Amino acid sequence: MTDVLAKVGFLALAALNGAIIFTIMDVKGASWMQRRPGPLHVGLRGFIFPLAEILKFVQKEDIIPTEVDRPVFKWAPAYVMVSCVALFAVVPMSPTLVVADLELGVFFALAISSLGTIGVLTAGWSSANKYSLMGGLRAAGQLIAYELPLILAVVGVVIQAETMSLVGIVEKQIEWGVPFVVGGQIVGFLIFMVAATAEMMRVPFDMPIGESELTMGFMTEYSGIRFLIFYISEYMNMFILCAIASTLFLGGYHVPLLPTEWVNFYGPVVLLTKTAILGFILVAIRWSQPRFREDQLQNLAWKILIPASLVNILVTAIMKVGF
Amino acid sequence: MINALDPQNMNNFSEASVSVEIETEDMTLNIGPQHPSTHGVLRLVAKVDGEKVHDVKPVLGYMHRGYEKLAEVRTYPQITTLVNRIDWVAGFSNEIPFIAGAERLMEIEVPERAKHIRLILTEMARISSHFVFNGAYALEVGALTPIFYAMEDRERVLDLIESVTGGRFHPNFNRIGGVKPAAGAGPTSKKNIQDLPAGFYRDTKVAMEKVIEAADQFQNLIGGNEVFKKRTKNVGVLTAETAEAYGVSGPILRASGVKSDLRTQTDYLPYDQFDYDIPVGENGDCYDRWDVRVKEMVESAKIVLQAIDSMPSGPLQAKVPKVIKVPKGRTYVRAENPKGEMGYYIISDGGLGPYRLKVRTASFSNVSILPIMLEGALLPDLIAIMGSLDFVLGDVDR
Repeated sequence: MTDVLAKVGFLALAALNGAIIFTIMDVKGASWMQRRPGPLHVGLRGFIFPLAEILKFVQKEDIIPTEVDRPVFKWAPAYVMVSCVALFAVVPMSPTLVVADLELGVFFALAISSLGTIGVLTAGWSSANKYSLMGGLRAAGQLIAYELPLILAVVGVVIQAETMSLVGIVEKQIEWGVPFVVGGQIVGFLIFMVAATAEMMRVPFDMPIGESELTMGFMTEYSGIRFLIFYISEYMNMFILCAIASTLFLGGYHVPLLPTEWVNFYGPVVLLTKTAILGFILVAIRWSQPRFREDQLQNLAWKILIPASLVNILVTAIMKVGF
Repeated sequence: MINALDPQNMNNFSEASVSVEIETEDMTLNIGPQHPSTHGVLRLVAKVDGEKVHDVKPVLGYMHRGYEKLAEVRTYPQITTLVNRIDWVAGFSNEIPFIAGAERLMEIEVPERAKHIRLILTEMARISSHFVFNGAYALEVGALTPIFYAMEDRERVLDLIESVTGGRFHPNFNRIGGVKPAAGAGPTSKKNIQDLPAGFYRDTKVAMEKVIEAADQFQNLIGGNEVFKKRTKNVGVLTAETAEAYGVSGPILRASGVKSDLRTQTDYLPYDQFDYDIPVGENGDCYDRWDVRVKEMVESAKIVLQAIDSMPSGPLQAKVPKVIKVPKGRTYVRAENPKGEMGYYIISDGGLGPYRLKVRTASFSNVSILPIMLEGALLPDLIAIMGSLDFVLGDVDR
């Protein structure tokens, strides 16, 4: 029992810290690109800015409109957050530093990652607000369009690694000497990142939120701490999907030339660094790109990404069997 | 209703289940009056089927302040304060046609120098208005960064307007017969009238070159962005015929390919002395409307630079009576404002204030095109099209 509690505690803490690191990165990236003084200079060079942001939300009133479906409305943010935290269970920080080294790790990750959308959909439905409803429905449409390329992109890695365990996939990359992104999965990596961006609802695929169209999408009616939970889950989701991407494609906790017996010490740092690099790319995209239209996103998913990932699987399989 | 699972219906299952239609009805979506993309308090009652917009009805009047009525109980010099606030993004431009109308009725010849100062400030107001459009439009299609750049660049222009007039948005600078001495200028006496602050020419040159640079930056950062092109090209196409039929004016009309600019067609300010282009679009889509405005910023900056080089000397004010009474008569003066054609129809009965003042604002006519442009558009397009019309609610409702 204590073992389980410790694991859950570790997961929650790690995911939360990752979210806070990514929040700092996002606001700093924004202020750097937009020449905003707040997060760059105020309060320890802007590093306690996210803390102020969190405190602001905590002390605000948690307004629940009268017409909402109360239990669903209240539980939807928790649902989103739990699915993000649970996702982190299978990400290995070293061969032994992993909460659950599942045989079907990849399968688990992909299944759990789509659960969050149910939270988003229920939030949109229960809010009794047309903007929220449209945001929720857009999120659902996005899920259907983007879950497929995400899964198909990972299939290439699974074929190449001959395992579905995330530790096994990293070990395979160590055995190969090069990460999969160099060793033949570059297309898969790009598709995965695009699909993951849509999955975490970030610019240019933030239509479910779309503040200029749907005011705040499914989050419109939320305020105070429940809004904060949505807000943090967004960064958690970003952090964890980047961690999974760096595990699958960039060699995870491994880095060449470092002694493998010390991996428990440098593994988490290496993984975090790789995750942060991917995260920075997402931050740069967020603050420099406009938003796609919903139908353009569907076109991109069904007409480009899915065929490309199918071809990627085919090529990977041929290479695997032929050589 | 046919129950497909009923064993009796199992035989014709395939036919029956196809013919059952789900009854759907359009959802009425209230966009505004409080909505981030309606530029204030415009309300659109949209009938939407999912993402598709079937019918849009703009509801105006949330910002009606009754300026036309108010003007009837005020004197002519007091009305400039009111008209400043019609299109507050380009406050200075609103004063010009009104003052020009009063001057025309009084048959006052305005000194050349005053006309030049008016022209420079009008063009600066145009530039600042287009800066706001650029930032806000990028925001509406989802890019969060450009508005910070636009606002920062606009501040340079607003600083210049402030240094001359004393106000950033509401200058109240024009007087009947000329302009007042500049706010930032030194001590003024009857013999020594300081009309422009020290270093104004130098600062303006620097600022205008920055404007040209900024327009170039916008062309690269926003116009060159593939996602932006995808969102705006061939979206909200407005043909020249429809635009003219609905009284659309300004950059929107020019984006549809009509080379119509009141700066060249009327003589309310000495535009004929300068060399500039009138940018015209080809397709009349959202991208063209954006593009025309960015190009106009450059042309305006060029006009200002030329006007500074050819600034005539002389008095700021024509001789006017102490108590301004406008002779009996009526006139209509129109001007090319950043948003389009702005006109004042002044009816004077010889008193201290107008008997009736009718204000023709550009945004009002431009908004009237929304139901036609939005029919069959998608909801994100609705925002993109609405943003590309660049209206200000103060200008719509007066």
